[in-house]
Amino acid sequence: MGDCCLIVEFGQRVDSQINQITRAFAEHLLSHPIPGVYDVVPTYTTVAVHYHPESFLGDVLPWQRLQRQLEAVLTQGIETASAVARVVEVPVYYGGDQGPDLIEVAQKCGLAEEEVVQLHSSPVYTVYMLGFLPGFPYIGGLDKRLNMPRRKTPRTTVPAGSVAIAGEQAAIYPMESPGGWNLIGRTPVTLFQPQAEPPCLLQPGDKVRFVPISFEQFQAMQRQ
Amino acid sequence: MSVRVVKPGMLTTLQDRGRIGYQRFGVVVGGAMDDWSHRAANALVGNRQDEATLEITAVGPSLIFNEITLIAICGGDLSPRIGGEPVPQGRPVLVNAGSQLEFGARQSGFRVYLAVHGGFDVKPTMHSRSTYLRGVFGGLNGRALRAGDEIHIGNGDAEGCYPALTQRLDRAKPTFAAAPQAFVSSSANDALETVRIVRGEQWRAFVEKSQTAFISDDFTIGTQSDRMGYRIEGVTLKLRQPLEMLSEAVGFGTVQVPPDGNPIVLMADRQTTGGYPKIAHVASVDLPLLAQMSPRQRLRFHPIALDESQKLYLAREQALQDLIKSVVAWSGV
Repeated sequence: MGDCCLIVEFGQRVDSQINQITRAFAEHLLSHPIPGVYDVVPTYTTVAVHYHPESFLGDVLPWQRLQRQLEAVLTQGIETASAVARVVEVPVYYGGDQGPDLIEVAQKCGLAEEEVVQLHSSPVYTVYMLGFLPGFPYIGGLDKRLNMPRRKTPRTTVPAGSVAIAGEQAAIYPMESPGGWNLIGRTPVTLFQPQAEPPCLLQPGDKVRFVPISFEQFQAMQRQ
Repeated sequence: MSVRVVKPGMLTTLQDRGRIGYQRFGVVVGGAMDDWSHRAANALVGNRQDEATLEITAVGPSLIFNEITLIAICGGDLSPRIGGEPVPQGRPVLVNAGSQLEFGARQSGFRVYLAVHGGFDVKPTMHSRSTYLRGVFGGLNGRALRAGDEIHIGNGDAEGCYPALTQRLDRAKPTFAAAPQAFVSSSANDALETVRIVRGEQWRAFVEKSQTAFISDDFTIGTQSDRMGYRIEGVTLKLRQPLEMLSEAVGFGTVQVPPDGNPIVLMADRQTTGGYPKIAHVASVDLPLLAQMSPRQRLRFHPIALDESQKLYLAREQALQDLIKSVVAWSGV
C-alpha cells in the first residue's frame, strides 16, 4: 500500500477465526519487532506493516526486502494464543437527536424503530479492530436484518459517543468527527483518554453488549 | 527561554514527525503536513528531526523571542520579517533577544515551518508533541496558538552553533544575522502541479474512463480540505460495480473514493483505517508538494511504479543527509 506500507491479507470476509489469526500475526510482529517497522495495524482480515524504507537497504528494493522477511515469519508459523475475552457493557440512548438515522434505518430495513433497538441491543458482539479515529472500535456480530450501506456523502460532523452501523459492522464514534455511518443512538461513556495507557476503553478481541437507557439516564451519566 | 505569541495567525500548531506506534488503537499519526520542510528546518538549527516545529498556515503569527534564539524558516513564503527587514528562508538565522518576528503577504505555498534550536518544549502525549486538533490533545493543550501564549524552548546553545552568525549579530536592537546562502529551497509553487501517484489496491475496480480521467484530467483542491484530507474536485470517478469493502489500513497520501465519486487524499491527520476504495497513493516524495498547495489550486495526477516511488523516496532521504552535511561543513564547528 503506497511506498511505506505493506499489507498482509488473511481473508476477505468478516469472520471471527480469520480475525483471530490476523490479530495473532500482529501480536507476533509487536512482540518480535522488525527494525524499521514503526506501526503494526491489525484490521478485520489484514495486518498493515508501516515501515521506513531507508531501514531496508540492500540488493533489492525496500518493499521486496520487507516482504521476504514477513514471508519468513509466516513460513515459520506463529502462535495463536487465545485469552479469555472481557465483556464490556455500553449504555445507549437510541433515536431522537442522539440517533438521527434511526427512523431511516427502520424504514429501509422494513422494521419498527423498537425492533431496530431490540435487534441492535441483543447480541454479544466482538471488537475486531480499532481504527479510523482514536479508540474507534469496529464491532462484529450485527444482526443481518440491520445491514445498511454507508451514507452516500459523509456528514461533516458526527458527535462523540454516536452509536452507528454500516454494512455488517457496528461502531461508536469516540470523538466528534466527520463520518459516513448511520447514527442510531449515543452513549454517554468516554471511549478514549489520551493520557491513559492504553488510551482506549475497548481493545481488539473484547466482547461488547449495548444496553438501552432512557434519555434521563443518558443525561445523568453525561454529567458524571 | 521562551517565545511569546502576540498574534496567533490563522492556524499555527506545534507538529513533529507524528505519533508513532499507536495506530493499532486508532490513534491518528498527525505530525507536519510538509515533513520535508519540518525536517529541513530542524536540520538547519542543529535539532533532531523529531523536535517540534511551528506549522504556520496561510496567515502567519507575530512572535517575540525573549532571548537570543537560533531559528530557521522553511516551506511556503509568507513574507517573514523582523524590524521591517525580510528574514531569508531555508538557512539558519540568529535572532536577537526582544525581536518580533512577523509575517505578511503570502508569496507562495500554504504552510511555513519555524524551528528553534533546542526545540519547543511541551509535554509529549503518547511520545509526540504533535497537536491533534480534533482529539484536543498533543502540542500546546491540543489546540492552535493563541495571543498571549508563552511557549518554552528546550535547552541548547544558540550562540555556540554558528560562530559566523554570533559574531555578526548586532545586540543593540531587534534584528537578526542570517547565513548568506540558502541550504534548502522551497517546494512550493502556485502553478498547476503534477503530483505523482502509485496505483492503489482498487485501481482496477474503477471503470476505464475513470482510470484515464484520474491520470489525465485537471482537478481542484476543494475548500473543505484540511489537515485530515484534501477533497479533490473534478470529474467524478465511477466503480465498475458497487463495492462495500471491509475497513483496512490507510496511509499518508492514500487516495480514497467515497460513493459520491469525489476522491479524498488522506493527509497528516488522516484516520488510521478506512473502508472506501483506494484508487491510488501519492508518492511520499510528493506529499510535501501537496501539503504546500492551497484550496482552489489545480493539480494533475501522474502514475509511476512502486519501484520508482521508493527510489525517489531514498533519493530524498539522501538529500536530507546531504543537507545536514552541508550545514555542518558551513558552520565550521
